[in-house]
Amino acid sequence: MLHGHETDWEVGERKIADLAAPGEGTDWLEEPHFSPDGMSVAAVAKLSDDTCTVRVNGEDWPTAFEKVWHVRFSPDGRLTALVQQDGEWTLAVDGEPWENTFEFVWNPLFSADGAHIALCVQSGARYGLAVDDTPWETLFANANNATLSPDGRRTAAAVQTEPLGQAEIEKFEAGVFSAAVDAEPWSRNFVNVWSLAFSPDSARLAAEVRTAPRECTIAVDGAPWARTYASVWEPRFSPDGKSVVAPVRQGGGWILARDGQKFWDASYVQLWHQMFSPDGKRIAAIVCPRFGRWTMAVDDRPWKETFDVVTDAAFSPDGARLAAAAARDGRWTVLVDGHAWGRSFERVWPPVFSPDGRHVAALVEEDGRRRLALDGNVLSQARGDVLGFAFSPDGAKILSTCLDGGACIRRVERLGNGRG
Amino acid sequence: MYSNGSTMTREPVQDDGLALGLARLTPERIAATTQAFLKEETGARLQVYLDTCVHCGLCSEACHYYLSHDKDPSYSPVGKVNQTILQLVKKNGRVSPEFIGQAARVAYTECNLCRRCSMYCPFGIDIAYMVGLVRRLCFKLGVTPKYLQDTVNSHSATLNQMWVREDEWIDSLQWQEGEARDEVPGLRIPLEKEGAEIMYSVIGPEPKFRTQLIYQAAVIMHAAGADWTMPATPGWDNSDMAMYSGDYELMGRLKRAHFETAMRLKVKRIVMGECGHAFRSIHDVGNRWLGWRDRPIPVIHAVQYYHELLTSGKIRIAKKYDEAVTFHDPCNIVRGMGLGDMGREVAKALTPELVEMHPNREHNYCCCAGGGVINCGPPFRNTRVSGNKIKAEQLAATGVKTVIAPCHNCHGGLEDIIHHYKLDMKIKFLGDLIYECMEKPWE
Repeated sequence: MLHGHETDWEVGERKIADLAAPGEGTDWLEEPHFSPDGMSVAAVAKLSDDTCTVRVNGEDWPTAFEKVWHVRFSPDGRLTALVQQDGEWTLAVDGEPWENTFEFVWNPLFSADGAHIALCVQSGARYGLAVDDTPWETLFANANNATLSPDGRRTAAAVQTEPLGQAEIEKFEAGVFSAAVDAEPWSRNFVNVWSLAFSPDSARLAAEVRTAPRECTIAVDGAPWARTYASVWEPRFSPDGKSVVAPVRQGGGWILARDGQKFWDASYVQLWHQMFSPDGKRIAAIVCPRFGRWTMAVDDRPWKETFDVVTDAAFSPDGARLAAAAARDGRWTVLVDGHAWGRSFERVWPPVFSPDGRHVAALVEEDGRRRLALDGNVLSQARGDVLGFAFSPDGAKILSTCLDGGACIRRVERLGNGRG
Repeated sequence: MYSNGSTMTREPVQDDGLALGLARLTPERIAATTQAFLKEETGARLQVYLDTCVHCGLCSEACHYYLSHDKDPSYSPVGKVNQTILQLVKKNGRVSPEFIGQAARVAYTECNLCRRCSMYCPFGIDIAYMVGLVRRLCFKLGVTPKYLQDTVNSHSATLNQMWVREDEWIDSLQWQEGEARDEVPGLRIPLEKEGAEIMYSVIGPEPKFRTQLIYQAAVIMHAAGADWTMPATPGWDNSDMAMYSGDYELMGRLKRAHFETAMRLKVKRIVMGECGHAFRSIHDVGNRWLGWRDRPIPVIHAVQYYHELLTSGKIRIAKKYDEAVTFHDPCNIVRGMGLGDMGREVAKALTPELVEMHPNREHNYCCCAGGGVINCGPPFRNTRVSGNKIKAEQLAATGVKTVIAPCHNCHGGLEDIIHHYKLDMKIKFLGDLIYECMEKPWE
């Protein structure tokens, strides 16, 4: 994902690397990944001696590994990859493997500032996380639904705290799962634990829990809401961390509940992906007010225009505007403040607001090519496929990264130029 | 007119799941739960079906259980309705725990929800819908077969049906990639490739004990030059035993995870492996429980994808399979989705001769494993195998040694039938034959 901060905003275009020819001694290069500032591009390189490494701007990491996968830049620009050496797995950061190794690693998680990296790990058939090269002191029979706190200092996962034999349905029903924060499980077990979410200050943890086979609710720091429901979806803390909202199913429909109480009045066929505006004053959610018809609702008021599917919603930084991707009859568009762009596309990626909230941009696919669209217009200058973009902090320019043949291109342009 | 007086005579079967649930039941709880269920989750559809059915019994000849049990009317579709939902409605839920135990046994283990009977009903009554209601009520009462419930528990804890942990899934894919790469230089199973055209999804048993299917799929994708990916996160399993246990809330959770995984990866479409029930869950039931009218991301079954590859020339056939075959029509993708002719066209492209079994296409007999019946496990294996003598006779009459079945559950069911009735036959997926017969330019 590209970031707008600490980036060279000089207008122009430059080729960062060329992946068209892997070069002697390299069998192939895999999918490219750009750094947040667009100045670096990395890909797994499969070498002819049956080893792998990471190639960054044409240069290989000094170390080759038995296997490499999941190359990703952290938000602070460090380059990470999951690597295997001597049969053991770990995370390599800028080519340097962590000291701790594991039987398997996956799903690296980055804090918002990129300063902290967590990793799902398995050793000896025991499961947990490692943070910044420090594994949990206790590992479990299983761990999933892993999450990293906003400040990157705490980790949590749904963990299996007790052994479970084959087809032990009565024991399962009694509850063998809990949530663990930094390897410390909550004081009680549940039938299931899903969708863990930290509070904005990283101090508290909420999760969906199943208290009995047909009863679900939200638990906060291990304490379930007093009321249970047929089903629930992911909980979210308010920006001040004082309350938790979650969709709950009752009476055959979905409503939004807050701290165990009915919060929104309307009952929907479906309601999920609720989100607070950055200032915490508004709540939006993807809703299905009538079967098959989807839209966004803001503070329990659905937009009039409906679609077959709505996804990837986002507030503007000031919370005044809201956008989402939506599709009808197989064609995708961007929905902004209740109104769809005038054009539709084969695919649409998540829409992003400019910092001042005036513009909305999204990657779109048209005639098989991935391009950048701004406020409903496809920017015409792009060659090849656009892989990512970011607005400048002042909202006046846009940075995009493209793959044209094998050429990896970084481009900065002013808004208002080159509209298609 | 069909008699309502049929009574169930069955050998006792010990199932710990059913016993556990029944031990907790009281008549009062049954009545309260049933009354709430009938009020909140049924309506005009059920009432119209019950009012319309004249108990003529014409549905009986459609049911493989009935035909395989000397036309015992207690196995007829209308007999199953009469022993379950009709009595629950008539008595407004005032039935005994023993009644619920019998109803659970009928609904979970003596009906595959294959929907053949609906075609023989003069009114087209969807009898499987009513049997599904019984399952839903049994789930609400906590009376579910042990091994089916264990599969559903796995779905809930891991979002896949085989207790496959997150690392085991990825490791299995990388293992199969390594194995396949020994045969096909340069082959990849691309993980988490955002923006690929296709997300390929499979059911839990593939990484657990049918890994060769992942291998074969990777080879086929490679030969076709497909732009594809597989997720490295939960949401990869397209299967759904919760749909069959009656745990619809969990069904919704599974389908949401599957579709949202595809939407996160921004693929254009999902291609599913050769599974029937998963296709129904994704294409028809689970998606709609969530509120989508159709699919948020287009989904096609392997039969459709293979047909596309062969007709477009992306896969070329180098040789024919070495003997004649017959084609088993899986209920969910043929009666449910009309893919019978497309499957035959793929099979004919791969084989020297396709010998039809009779009846066929939408009239084909079920494998007797589907609908979650095979997942009810060892206690009901005999029910399932003895309940499909008619299938054994149908297979044997073809005179061929290979049956193609593009469905996992059908494989499991047919394997047991072939073994039990000592048929000299082997079972193949279409993918098995494509892998065996396709041009492999790297060789």
